Amino acid sequence: MPAPTNALGESPGASLFPSVARRGAEVGEQGRKGAGEKGISDLLPPRPPFSLSLLLSFLVAWVLWSATGCSRGPDADLTVLNGPDPGSLDPLLVSGIEELRAVLPLFEGLARPDPVTSQAIPALATRWDISADRRRYTFHLRTNAVWSTGGPITSADVLYSWRRVLEPTNACQYATLLDPVRGATDFLTGKTKDFASVAIRAPDAATFEVELEHPCAWFLDLCAFQTLSVVPRAAIERDGDRWVMMHPPFSGPYELESWRLNDRIRLRRNERHWDAANTPSRVVDLLAVSSPATALNLYLDHRIDVILDKPLIPAELLPEMAKRPDYHTFPMLGSYFVRLNVTRPALADPRVRRALALTVDKRRLVQRLASACEPADHIVPTATTNYLRGPGQTLDPEQARRLMTEAGFPGGKGFPKLVYLCDSSGGGGARLHERVTVELQAAWRQELGIEVEIRQVEKQVYLRAQRTLDYDLSRSSWIGDYNDPDTFLNLFTSVNGNNRTGWKDPRYDALLEAASREPDMARRAVLLRDAETMLVRDAVPVIPLWFEAGFTLHDPARVEGVHGNVLDLHPFNAMRRTAAGRR
Amino acid sequence: MYFLRRILFFVPLLLVISMLSFGLLRLAPGGPFDRERAPASAEIERQLRVRYHLDEPVPVQYVRWLGDALRGDLGLSLKYRNHSVADIILQGLPVSLALGLLGFGFAIGVGVPVGFFTAMRRGGWADWGGSFLVLVGICVPGFVVGPLLVMVFALELRWFPAALWGSPMQAVLPMVALGLYFAGRVARLMREGMAQTLRSDFIRTARAKGLGEPAILMRHAFRLAVMPVVSYSGPMLADLLTGSFVVESIFQIPGIGVFIVDSSRSRDYPLVIGLVLLYAVLLLVLNLAVDLAYGLLDPRVEHE
Repeated sequence: MPAPTNALGESPGASLFPSVARRGAEVGEQGRKGAGEKGISDLLPPRPPFSLSLLLSFLVAWVLWSATGCSRGPDADLTVLNGPDPGSLDPLLVSGIEELRAVLPLFEGLARPDPVTSQAIPALATRWDISADRRRYTFHLRTNAVWSTGGPITSADVLYSWRRVLEPTNACQYATLLDPVRGATDFLTGKTKDFASVAIRAPDAATFEVELEHPCAWFLDLCAFQTLSVVPRAAIERDGDRWVMMHPPFSGPYELESWRLNDRIRLRRNERHWDAANTPSRVVDLLAVSSPATALNLYLDHRIDVILDKPLIPAELLPEMAKRPDYHTFPMLGSYFVRLNVTRPALADPRVRRALALTVDKRRLVQRLASACEPADHIVPTATTNYLRGPGQTLDPEQARRLMTEAGFPGGKGFPKLVYLCDSSGGGGARLHERVTVELQAAWRQELGIEVEIRQVEKQVYLRAQRTLDYDLSRSSWIGDYNDPDTFLNLFTSVNGNNRTGWKDPRYDALLEAASREPDMARRAVLLRDAETMLVRDAVPVIPLWFEAGFTLHDPARVEGVHGNVLDLHPFNAMRRTAAGRR
Repeated sequence: MYFLRRILFFVPLLLVISMLSFGLLRLAPGGPFDRERAPASAEIERQLRVRYHLDEPVPVQYVRWLGDALRGDLGLSLKYRNHSVADIILQGLPVSLALGLLGFGFAIGVGVPVGFFTAMRRGGWADWGGSFLVLVGICVPGFVVGPLLVMVFALELRWFPAALWGSPMQAVLPMVALGLYFAGRVARLMREGMAQTLRSDFIRTARAKGLGEPAILMRHAFRLAVMPVVSYSGPMLADLLTGSFVVESIFQIPGIGVFIVDSSRSRDYPLVIGLVLLYAVLLLVLNLAVDLAYGLLDPRVEHE
């Protein structure tokens, strides 16, 4: 890993400081001298310096001003409120939805998500051949694919980018996405150091081949996934951790012009991109507004064209906002659920867990707290493809009470108090978690005589507690990475780091394993259905509450090309202001 | 000599501050890489910790950090992994400085005259009115003043933009929101100082000598009366210059105030320490500057 370069070196930001300090000092000296000449006597030394310091402070403020603010240039052609600042714009490091959305315009993979359906459509590859056993993919790269700095993008670049994801020392969080590729897991976990054992090849500059362990229903989705997009090798090796900021070549429809934290990411159209002619907005600003009230003010003031996430408008105003014609919702692959820590003695008995699930009235909950969402009795969202729905959780307090009696806690007698863990950060989200807890508290006390208290903690504390199983019940959510039940069901295998319930069952693991080997899609769907039934109806380490709805706030008369899709990705290269939207 | 000693004293002080904040931070539960999506495997997580030296014992980490810091390298942010701590500070500090100085200017420019005149009209309706407004300025917190200003002057009257940073018009509301509280404090200090000074012997002497009232007030009384304001302006400036979480988030201003809170929330160790040190240095330097100003303003003060 290259050592971080000294930031005080040659960067334009560094030169700003000394000059300001110098100028300030000069003004100070002159000012003092001037005052000294006017001094009347020793008993009456210089005039009170406060007026001087006042003048000085405004002057220096003005100098700093011109150095920081006004160099921004003209307004953008499109201003989007995407979410908080991404942690990174390096495809290797991103994982949050707002990060994925911000990386999408900058770097492109073999395929890219369709703005309307979010299905994989050709990008760097114009077409692909799939072998009859659906284990061998041959991608044919387009001949007019070039970096934003010129220079062709070849299959060697694709190979480098995929290898970078698998390289263990790079510690890519999403590396396991490549598990379906033959040999990938062994290389990733360090079982072999020989990259040739991974079945990825670049036989010539325009061809890229991949061989899979088993047929993988969502493999093309992976090829459109941001982690696997193509990145510039030379720039990364030259600039190390900060390469994205050093004006590297970009492979996507946009270049990164500037990124100031807490302000905006400014994208400029990559004129060399093969699809530049169909990329209407030349300059796109992604604002990083953290206060929901500020976000809404800016939108109402027409300073923002599109808001892409619900926590970005004030939770109190949601019911009011939902009546507006510019408020759009759509089904997406996201689940909001409760994790149950099965390693707690009180929750070790599946009958207790089932009883807890049987007393939650999800329809009522959704109606009261999340009106645009869909009540969930399953963990896999309804909109998922390749999905067969089996029996799920039901509402049956009668049976719940019977189960509690069987487990030895009639009327909740002798049952310990449970603690419900949730996080306090994040705009309107924290309020929502709180209100959900109150509803659950009431239901469990009333129906089962079980007391639950809320423990609301900082986000990092919450995440650590969940990971280390230091909780009884915990609010949870998950957004699907690809459009297949696997992205949700895989979470609860015994080896998955995101399981975080302590629940493991070899039969469940075996069902998912069998499904991953099953070439017949119908039979595979049945296997996955059985796994889900085991999870949500029988074992119940989770209580799903609702399936998330995606959300955008935009006026179609002012901006076009904003679509709702199940992955909640909104490619900016499809969006444009209409004539009415231009200020 | 006195100042040299003061400056030399900075060194051990900063060392202790950095050591304390380094240690305390690690005691807080949760780490920078606890995310919604856990690292895909234990091995990947281990690699991640190795990469940022989080696998080493804390004292070793501290020595490593200190070595880098002495060479001017404050490390990479753990939350914003394409940005170094120095990048973040260099991007945000000028903004916070500019806003802070504007706020300072507002506080002094409004506070001193208000304090001065309320002291002169003591007991009159101007005093009561002025003092009431001052009290309101002090008591109403920024997270109320800010949105109120936006509601009235941005959304209703449309005189100023609601948020963001870039044009001079965009600085007006944040300046007021930031400076109002301090203006109130300054006005009270000024009023007290003035009231006290006007009662003292040398003013009586000056009056007896037949000096005109403006000369007495401006040349004699004011210079002494402003002393409390001067000593307060050091910490005030340090407070203002390091940015305000509340004002910066309400007006979406890309300063460093937001980072001071957010970085500790996200356990971004290097960024927290960088910002703590920045704040410490600013506070020390400004206090020193205040002591210097004492010497210039009051001939009785001698630095030993």
